[in-house]
Parts: sequence; C-alpha cells; structure tokens
Amino acid sequence: MLQNVRILSVLFALFPAIAWSEWEVNMTRGVTDTSAAVFDLHMIVFYICVAISVVVFGVMFWSIYHHRKSKGAESHPFHESTSIEILWTIVPTIILIIILVPATKTLVESYDTSESDMDIQVTGYQWKWRYKYIGQDVDFFSVMTTPSDEIYNKADKNPNYLLEVDNPLVVPINKKIRFLFTSNDVIHAWWVPALALKKDAIPGFINESFTKINKPGIYRGQCAELCGKDHGFMPIVIKAVPEEEYIAWLDERKSLKEKEASASQKDWTMEELMAKGEQVYNKSCSACHQPTGVGLPPVFPALKGSAIALGPMDDHLDIVFNGKSGTGMSGFGEQLSAVDLAAVVTYERNAWGNNVGDILLPADVEKMKGGK
Amino acid sequence: MTTQVADVEHGHENGHGPATGITRWLFTTNHKDIGTMYLIFSLVMLFIGGSMAFVIRAELFQPGLQLVEPAFFNQMITMHGLIMVFGAVMPAFVGLANWMIPMMIGAPDMALPRLNNLSFWILPFAFTMMMSTLFMDGGGPNFGWTFYAPLSTTYAPPSTTFFILAIHMMGASSIMGAINVVVTIVNMRAPGMTYMKMPMFCWTWLITAFLLIAVMPVLAGVVTMMLMDIHFGTSFFDAGGGGDPVLFQHVFWFFGHPEVYIMILPSFGVVSEVIPTFARKKLFGYHSMVYAIVAIAVLSFVVWAHHMFTVGMPLAGEIFFMYTTMLIAVPTGVKIFNWVSTMFRGSMTFETPMLYAIAFVILFTIGGLSGIMLALAPVDFVYHDTYFVVAHFHYVLVPGAIFGIFAAVYYWLPKWSGKMYDESLAKFHFWVSFIGLNLTFFPMHFVGLAGMPRRIPDYPLQFADFNMIVSIGAFMFGTSQLIFVYVLIKTLRSGEKAPQRPWEGAEGLEWTVPSPAPYHTFATPPKVD
Amino acid sequence: MDTHQEYYVPQQSHWPIVAAFGIFLTLGGLGMTLSDMQQQKDMGFSLGVFLLGAVVMAYMFAGWFGNVIRESHDGLYSDQLSGSFRRGMGWFIFSEVMFFAAFFGVLFYVRVLSIPWLGGEGDKGISHMLWPDFVAQWPLLLNPDPEHFKAPDGIIDPWHIPLLNTILLVASSFTLTFAHNALKVGNRAKVKLFMVITLALGFTFLGFQVFEYIEAYKHLNLTLETGVYASTFFLLTGFHGAHVTVGSIILLVIFVRVLKGHFSAENHFAFEAGSWYWHFVDVVWLCLFLLVYVF
Ligand code: HEA
Ligand code: HEA
Ligand code: HEC
Ligand code: CUA
Ligand SMILES: [Cu+2]
Repeated sequence: MLQNVRILSVLFALFPAIAWSEWEVNMTRGVTDTSAAVFDLHMIVFYICVAISVVVFGVMFWSIYHHRKSKGAESHPFHESTSIEILWTIVPTIILIIILVPATKTLVESYDTSESDMDIQVTGYQWKWRYKYIGQDVDFFSVMTTPSDEIYNKADKNPNYLLEVDNPLVVPINKKIRFLFTSNDVIHAWWVPALALKKDAIPGFINESFTKINKPGIYRGQCAELCGKDHGFMPIVIKAVPEEEYIAWLDERKSLKEKEASASQKDWTMEELMAKGEQVYNKSCSACHQPTGVGLPPVFPALKGSAIALGPMDDHLDIVFNGKSGTGMSGFGEQLSAVDLAAVVTYERNAWGNNVGDILLPADVEKMKGGK
Repeated sequence: MTTQVADVEHGHENGHGPATGITRWLFTTNHKDIGTMYLIFSLVMLFIGGSMAFVIRAELFQPGLQLVEPAFFNQMITMHGLIMVFGAVMPAFVGLANWMIPMMIGAPDMALPRLNNLSFWILPFAFTMMMSTLFMDGGGPNFGWTFYAPLSTTYAPPSTTFFILAIHMMGASSIMGAINVVVTIVNMRAPGMTYMKMPMFCWTWLITAFLLIAVMPVLAGVVTMMLMDIHFGTSFFDAGGGGDPVLFQHVFWFFGHPEVYIMILPSFGVVSEVIPTFARKKLFGYHSMVYAIVAIAVLSFVVWAHHMFTVGMPLAGEIFFMYTTMLIAVPTGVKIFNWVSTMFRGSMTFETPMLYAIAFVILFTIGGLSGIMLALAPVDFVYHDTYFVVAHFHYVLVPGAIFGIFAAVYYWLPKWSGKMYDESLAKFHFWVSFIGLNLTFFPMHFVGLAGMPRRIPDYPLQFADFNMIVSIGAFMFGTSQLIFVYVLIKTLRSGEKAPQRPWEGAEGLEWTVPSPAPYHTFATPPKVD
Repeated sequence: MDTHQEYYVPQQSHWPIVAAFGIFLTLGGLGMTLSDMQQQKDMGFSLGVFLLGAVVMAYMFAGWFGNVIRESHDGLYSDQLSGSFRRGMGWFIFSEVMFFAAFFGVLFYVRVLSIPWLGGEGDKGISHMLWPDFVAQWPLLLNPDPEHFKAPDGIIDPWHIPLLNTILLVASSFTLTFAHNALKVGNRAKVKLFMVITLALGFTFLGFQVFEYIEAYKHLNLTLETGVYASTFFLLTGFHGAHVTVGSIILLVIFVRVLKGHFSAENHFAFEAGSWYWHFVDVVWLCLFLLVYVF
C-alpha cells in the first residue's frame, strides 16, 4: 500500500508545478462578466471537490494504513449506524445547495438576452461560419485559412495553427450583442472560451445568446459539436474593437460589395479564370471534392469526369449556385462573388482532365445573382 | 448477511456434464458456459475497441494529420465508443451475471436457459454486422457513439442502415438477457434467501436489468425513427416537416443516461463483494446500499438532458435537469462512504481484487466529482464537448466499469477455473494499469479546461504537450492489458489448485461449492437462514 | 417454495443459434434491400436473403415452440418454471410498453414543443424567423418547408373507421376473456366459439386498418413524406398494427392448439401469455385512439 501512497503523492506533487491559474491547464477567466462568473463558479466547485476528496481519501488511506492485517488489526463487527448514515446523506445535500445558489443565479443571468444593442445571426455550414449583422446589410462567410501543407506536416505550423480565418467576426466592446444561432445543414456549436459562450446551431431552429466584451482583443474558438469530416477545422475568430473602429470597419465592408461588382464587368480570359478558380476551389470546395477532384464517393461525388461538370453549363452553374438541399452541397450563390463563382465553375470544367474547353464569364453569373 | 448452508448436496439429477466439441458452445444451455462465452467475447471486443483507441491516440500524439484522414478518424471514435460500451462493458457484466447470480442465490441455472443462449449468440452476429460497415462504400458510421441527427440521418453514409439494424440486434440481446436476470433473481432464490439477504452483486444486477428493460426499447425506438427518416421520407428530426433534431437527443439521452448507470451498477456490486471480503468485515450499511442503488436508478430517468445544456433548452428545463443531476451525488456518496466505512476498522489485506476495488473507489470518486462539475449548467457551457468531458467519462468507465470487471475476474477466477492466478504478476498488471490509466486520463482534464474540443483529429499547438503525455499513457495502459491476458492463460495452464474458499474473509453461497464449481451447481437448492 | 420441485434445465438445444442466425439473415437482408432501394439498384438478391431469413425464423419458431409444448406435455415443467415463464412474459410486455412510450413521448414533444416553437410561440419562438409563413397548428396541414414536405390534404376522421376499430378491439378483449373463463371451467365448445369471434374481430380490425391506409394514401395525400403529423401517425398506428398482426398470429396458433385439444383448465400458460399480449395491444390502441385520432 505504501506504493499506492507514493504514486499518489507523486501525482499531487505535480500540481504546483502546473500552476492552476495558467491558461494552459485551467479554464480561462475570459473577458466578459459572464465568463468571470462562470470561472468563479468553476473554481468554487473545484475546491469543494478537492475538499471532499481530501476527507474521503484521507479516511480511507488512514484505515488502509492502520487497519491492515499485517499490522495485526482485527476487524470490528460494527456495520450499521443509522445516525451516521443520515448525517452523510444530509451533509452532501447541504453542500449541493450551497453550490446551486450561485449556479442558478449565473444561469438565469446568462439567459437574459433582452435589450441588446445589436444582433448578429450566426449560421453554421459544413465547415464554415456565416455572420449576418442584422439591419446592417453586412453578411459574410468565415473559413479557416490554415494551409494544408501545415496540416500535413509539410510546412512549419504557425502559432495560430487551426485557429485562423479569412474574415473574423468584428464586434464592438462594451455593447450587449445578441447572437441568433442556426445552421444550414447539421448541428454545429459556436464556442469561444474567452466569452464562456457555447451554443448549438441547430438546423431549422434559432438559439439565442448574448455577450458583452469588456476588453479589446482577438479571441479564438472552435466548433464544438461533431459536424462531419472537417469538424476540427472550422474555427471562430472574433475581433473585439472600440466602437469607432467597428463603425469604420462596417463602412469598409459595405464598400467591398461595389468593388466586387466592378470586377465582374472586366473581360476575363481562360487563364485568369483558371488561376483564380484554382484558388477558390482549394479554399471552398476541396474539403469535400478533394484537391484532385476525385471526391470521397459515395457521399462526396467526384467532379473529375462527372456528368454535371462535363455537361451543360447551366446545370453546372445551377448546382454550384443553389446547392442541393439535404446534402453537404450548400448553395454557393451567396457565399462567393460572381468572379469567384465563374472562376470555380470554369476551373472544374477544365481541370484534372476535364477538358470541356468553355468558360463562364462573371458577367453571366452576375445576371443570375440579379435574377434571384 | 451470514449465509449458512445447511444442505449442500450436489446431486446431478439430470446429470449431464458438458458436451464435447464445438456443439458444447453452440447449443449450450448452461449458465457457466454462456457466462464464459460472454466474458471471452467481451475481452476480444476490449482489444478491438482498444486498438481503435490506439489509432485515435496515435493520430493525436502530435498536432497535424499523420496517420489517418479526418473521415476515418471519425469512424474510429464512433466505433471505439460503440464497441467499448456495447461490446466490452455490457457483455462482460452479463457474463459475470451468468456465472455468479445462479451460484449466489442457490439456483440450478438461469431461469430461461435457452433464451440465455440466444441472448449471447445474437451478439457475434450483431458485431459482425456493425464492424462490416467499416468496409462498405463511404465507410462506417462517423457521427460519434451518440449519433446525433441529422448528421446520422440526412448526412450519413449509406452504411448507417446496417449500423441501425446492428443496434436493434444488440438491443434485443440486452433485453432478453435482462429479462432472464430479473426472472432468475425474482423466482429462483433458494429457500430462505430473502431479498434483504441477497448478495449486493445480485441487487445491483436486479436494478441494472430493470434499467435495461426500461431503456433498451427506447433506443430501439429512436434508431427506428432514424431508419424511417433515412429511407421513408419521414421528418421526425427535420424542422422542414415540423420535427426537431433536438428531439433525437432527448430520446437518445433518455436511453443514454440510464445506460451509463447500467455500465456502473454491476461494478458497484462487485466492489461491494470484494471490499468486505478483504476487510474481513461485513459490508457497512447493507440496507442503505440497497436504497441508494434504487435511488440512483429512479433518478437516472429524470436527468437525461444534462447532456444537452447547450442545445438551447428553455431556462426551466436547464434548472430542472441541473438540480436532479446534482441530486444523484447523494445516493452515490452514501455508497462511497459505506465502502470506506467497511474498510474502517477492518483487518485488511491487499490481494489483487482488493487493489482494483480500492482503485475503483478512488478513481470513480474523481470521475463522479468531475460529473458534479459538469452538472452545473452555466459551467457546462464551457466544459461541454471538450476533453474535460472525455476525462470525466473515462474516469467513471475505465477505472469504474473496467476495473470493476478486473476485480471480479481476479476475485472469482479461482472459483471458475479451480486454479489460482499468479499473485505477483497480477499485482504487476494492476500497477502498470493504474499508472498508465492516470497518465492517460488525468491530463485530459487540463486540455479540456484549456479549451480542446473533443472529436477532433488535429488540434491547435497549445495542447501539444499534454496530448503527447496522454498518448504515451494510453500505449502503456493498453499494452498492460496483454499482461492480463498472459495472467489468464498462465492460470488456466499452470495455476495452482484453488481451495473451495480461497479468500479468508469471503462469504456467500458461491464459496460453499468446490473450485472449480461443478457444471451444475445447485440442483437441489441449499437452505439459507 | 418449501417443498422442493425439480427445476427443468433443458439439455442442449440448437434452436437459439438457429434463431440468432435467422435474425442476422432477416435483418441483413432487410438492410441490403433498403440500401438497394436507396441506390436504385436491383434488389432481387437482397430480398432473397431477407425471405430466406424469414423462412429460417418461421422454422425456428415452429421448432422451438414445438419443443416447449412437447416438454410441457411430458410434465417436465414445475410450478416454479411456469412462474419463470409468467414473469418473463410480463417483463417482455413491459419492454414493449417502453417502446410505445418512446413514441408517445415523441408525439408529445412535437405537439407541445417543436411545432409551437416553429410557429413563433413559446421559449424558442424566435425560430419562426426561419419559417415566416408557418402557422403552428395540429393536425399539421401546412409544413414549415412546403417545398420539401408537401402537407396532407386532410386527416382521417376519428369518428368513422377509428371509432369502429376501437369498438372492435375492445370487444375482442372481452371475447378473449370469455374464452379464457370458459377454458378455466373446461367448457371447450365455448372456448372455440369465443376464440373464433376474437380472431374475426382482430382480422376485421386489421382489414379496416389497411383500408384506412389506402384511403390516406389515395385520397388524403397523407403519406410518410408529408411532414411530422403523418410521421407520428404512421409510426404509432403502424407499430400498433404490426403488434395486432403478431397478436393475431399468436391467437391463431393458440386456436389451432385448442382444436388439437391442448391446454387444461389449470395449465394453459401459452393461452394466458397470448391474451396478456392482446390486452396490452388493446390498451395501446385506446391511448392511440385518444391521442392520435381524437385530440
Ligand atoms: C459509468 C458511467 C458514468 C457514470 C457513473 C457517470 C456519473 C455521472 N455523470 Fe457522467 N457521463 C458518462 C458516463 C458516466 N457518468 C458518459 C459516457 C458521458 C459522455 C457521453 C457523451 O457525450 O459521449 C457523461 C457525461 C456527463 C455529462 C454531460 C457533459 C457534457 O457533455 O457536457 C454530465 C453533466 O451533468 C455528467 C454528469 C454526471 C454525474 C453528476 C454523475 C454522478 O452519477 C456522479 C456521482 C458521484 C459522485 C459525486 C462522487 C461520489 C460522491 C461523494 C464522495 C459524495 C459527496 C459529493 C458531493 C456532495 C458533490 N456526465
Ligand atoms: C467503457 C468504455 C470505454 C473504454 C474502456 C475506453 C477506453 C479508452 N479510450 Fe475511450 N471512449 C469511450 C468509451 C471508452 N473508452 C466513449 C463512449 C467515447 C466517446 C466516443 C464518441 O465521441 O462518440 C470515447 C472516446 C475516446 C476518446 C476521444 C475521442 C475524441 O473525442 O476525439 C479518446 C481519446 O483519447 C479515447 C481514448 C481511450 C483510451 C486510450 C482507452 C484505453 O483505456 C484503451 C486501452 C486499450 C485496451 C484495453 C486494449 C489493448 C490493446 C492492445 C494491447 C493492442 C493489441 C492489439 C491487437 C491484438 C490487435 N476514448
Ligand atoms: C460540404 C461539402 C461540399 C463542399 C464544400 C462542396 N460540395 Fe459540391 N457537392 C457536395 C455533395 C454532397 C454533392 C452531391 C450532391 C448530390 O447528392 O447530388 C456535391 C455535388 C457537386 C456537384 C455535382 C457533381 C455531380 O456529379 O453530381 C458539383 C458540380 C459541385 N458539387 C461543385 C462544387 C463546387 C464548385 C464547390 C465549391 C465552390 C463545392 N462543390 C463545394 C458537397 C460539397
Ligand atoms: Cu461544425 Cu463541428
Ligand atoms: Cu448522463
């Protein structure tokens, strides 16, 4: 039994070395009032649990040490005591009530989404997030940007490995932001540890939650509900900035739209479209259809040699633009610009030995966008 | 609970011994044969499921994708969870029930011997079907052992159909097995063996069997609805037709939560047998132990949504499920305190079963306490779906369920085989397992709190160090199970002859028959007073 | 239990493993058939496997139960064993109760929670944002997403066939009890008469049920694909119907055994088990009639 004690003391000796307040081993305190309350609650229960363990294991080790046969201990026949059993039913109940009071309070507060300063709709897609600033005409997708070379260990990993996106969610500090979570396909969960906010995004339903960030900064999180193949690769990056900066950002976002429109009026050549298309394809499509276009049949069809990619242009554009409900193929009409759509369709028709030879012009896609 | 046996007569009225050849196993109606088959099956499954854990841990050894693709990784975690739960733990418990319950209550066999054989033989077929999905087009199930819709319906690989039917088969097997246990305990006790004299293992199994009969049909129901959503266009889990994906989770967890107690109660029973034996002292508070099990079972039906704190339930629901979940700590605490009190002022020795039982009490308590932390809804918003949860449930499942099984095997192996195992080798197995296990699952708490989601094949860099420790621990723990197999083989081949009652403090009817227990034990019921 | 009776532990039996294999074939064949259907492949072979499985199962049932009947005739069974059978059947019915309870729970959830939420009521009423044209109602004659789930044109009127079916099934429970009572006093002619009536009522019920389904599909567009109202409707009535079918087959077998002169006034467990099952199916129907059709 000494051995047992020794092992445990080694384990416990490890604790101070791994300082409990550090981010790496403990929950973050976060940057909102809710997250601070949650953190405090976490520490309270943690210490209560430690105290319970010390008492229970203490008595146990004490008897293991003293009441062993090898030390000549004889067994005493007592095996029932109603009063002591009632005692150890009541004491834990009281401990639980002590924990439940602050827990209930924090819970009720975290459910109060009323009187928000702004609303953002967050929609999960198989393997990206969409942020729509309600009432602002700002609506964009946010996709992981970690290059596949880093993932496949062909390049060194950068410090934000797997936690970087093209378009972070930009929000002002000190404002009560209400989130409306939903999903386009399967269940996802939007989770940012620093906000102590995790909520499932459920297709067909909306979940509400709120946050009010106290400190500017960049906070990172990940999808927290298994949502298919690339569940591990749909991070969340949220940039909290002072209000002026936020307003400036909003304006910039809005002007982006016009720039896109003018780009699609340009005359594009096959080479330009193919080059652009390859980029877009690798960013938006290769997760399912694979970089070489062979897909992962039967769930994700191959595009190499596919009847649609080789067939009429209209059908091809249609499935890319509108997607196919009930499958992983979501409509890209809203996600990509006209240029990107034209480029990716052109690319698919002419890459990996698909030699249709025709091109799709951004202007044509623009018509389809206008028509919708 | 002194059980004195007035009349131990081993008449073999229908005196057939075991048949010879393969038909002994295929056609058997003998509870001991069937128990053996269950135990062997579960050991094989433990190794298959464990090999999948090896794949998981090898991939997670370092950041980046090295060994397997994410699609396959998801199949591995799903199969690992399913095989461990339905293939390793549950059949092992049924195996123990088969061996021990008739012997403990003084019955000639299980109440319905042919049904018993059917319950077993469904399993190899069911697992053949389930594992064959891995080789089908599109791969096996990849949606986690909790298979949330619509990932498991609309977006699932085609092999899901076979997964569903395999679950149906396992469910049927479990229900039949459970009915057999209930009927045996209720109807076959020897004269004088009142309920309140029954060994604690039988009590825990009686309640477990009740839970099984109550919730396995619900699991069958939910997979049936999945099947209909997939093949017949119904919309149970599709908001477009008025259903709700969250409805799936409610029904699943109505099964799922009692299921986790199904995986722990029989271990409670084993520990309640082992500790008194090696403390040479009666189990403390027998009555409150029984009431505690009943309370846990009853409460287990009203806590299910603590797995769903983040799905956006109405506030009243969150509060209700938070409170009921916390309440379970009270009866569980009674059990822990009673075990400690049993040791207190006993005269303890530390043979291998006792080591496992003590480790069980410690490590299960750690797992239970992290369960209490998870039960706090607002904090679970942070813990949910992180490695903190993975740490919690491995602490209750591996040193809980699995150590309970190890304790039982070492405790009763002399009775089953008539041979003693090698004590020092067994202790070696214990210590390597104990260290390996803590090395594996303790650091998971840290990465979980630091923010590592579960079910991911690759992770951000700040989790790298701990994951490496976890993987090393996992290889150590897994490999140490080869020692276990070696101990078993060595016992059967060259173990010393075991006496009728190898443990000084052991009480109960099973120790009143010779070792190995005769093929038919109590053809005439013993008298118990 | 003081006086000791021998508890019959059967010798080896090959029926269990035949049963396990039969289940494997049946379900495997079913899975293959469904997969073929989904991928629009030819399903001849798969159906063959399924049917082979069904044949094995039928063979197994006949053999296994034949075995049990023979043993019972040979007087191998003690009172204690018959207690085991009774309790086994009782717990089996309890498991069936839980199976249906899950489905009733689903009905409850859909009606009380998810439909109102989608329609803009209650705690998660904000979900209505996604389905602006949807109005919460039950029966659901408009689905949130009418493009993919076209709603049914109408529903089954509870006061025609369903009411009639209720009367039939309740009556059959009574006639079965009459038969049972007659068996207990040894009036075999009466047993036969009431068994025939019970069977006739049961099969008529099933006939009406089939008629109702045809009606639903042909005239009301009430099909499996028409949203969650139809889903729950067919789930509950369908599984109930399947249970009535099984119950009828059991009663039919028992009737044949009565004709053959089986069962005594004291010892007729198979009869009792069959009638428990029938009563259970009857009670489920009553819940179903109220919760699915009427309210
Ligand atoms: C054997 C299996 C087993 C057992 C016994 C338990 C026991 C408990 N579990 Fe666990 N649990 C699982 C298996 C198990 N669990 C699994 C598999 C999952 C994950 C499923 C998945 O998502 O894949 C899970 C997940 C899980 C969650 C969901 C987490 C999440 O996904 O966010 C929660 C939340 O409440 C929870 C709580 C509890 C509680 C409160 C207990 C209690 O029963 C524990 C009670 C015990 C004690 C408290 C210790 C002893 C008591 C004392 C010493 C008395 C004094 C104590 C106090 C006063 C506090 N469990
Ligand atoms: C009783 C149940 C049980 C048991 C015993 C275990 C045992 C182990 N489990 Fe797991 N686990 C679950 C139940 C269980 N698990 C469940 C339910 C999940 C959730 C799944 C989900 O998310 O859906 C899970 C998930 C899970 C994860 C998280 C995956 C993820 O979320 O990404 C991890 C990661 O480390 C893990 C690891 C382990 C390890 C290292 C062991 C070790 O204890 C295993 C030890 C190994 C052995 C005992 C076998 C020995 C094998 C050899 C020696 C190799 C020899 C090889 C051959 C002969 C071929 N398990
Ligand atoms: C989340 C996974 C996913 C992503 C990302 C994705 N697709 Fe698809 N795609 C699918 C699935 C699934 C189908 C099959 C739909 C069906 O069942 O008809 C599909 C089908 C298609 C088809 C029709 C192929 C055929 O032969 O049926 C085309 C063309 C296509 N996708 C193009 C694209 C383009 C272009 C992109 C990126 C801009 C893209 N896909 C991104 C999943 C995806
Ligand atoms: Cu999205 Cu996981
Ligand atoms: Cu639970």
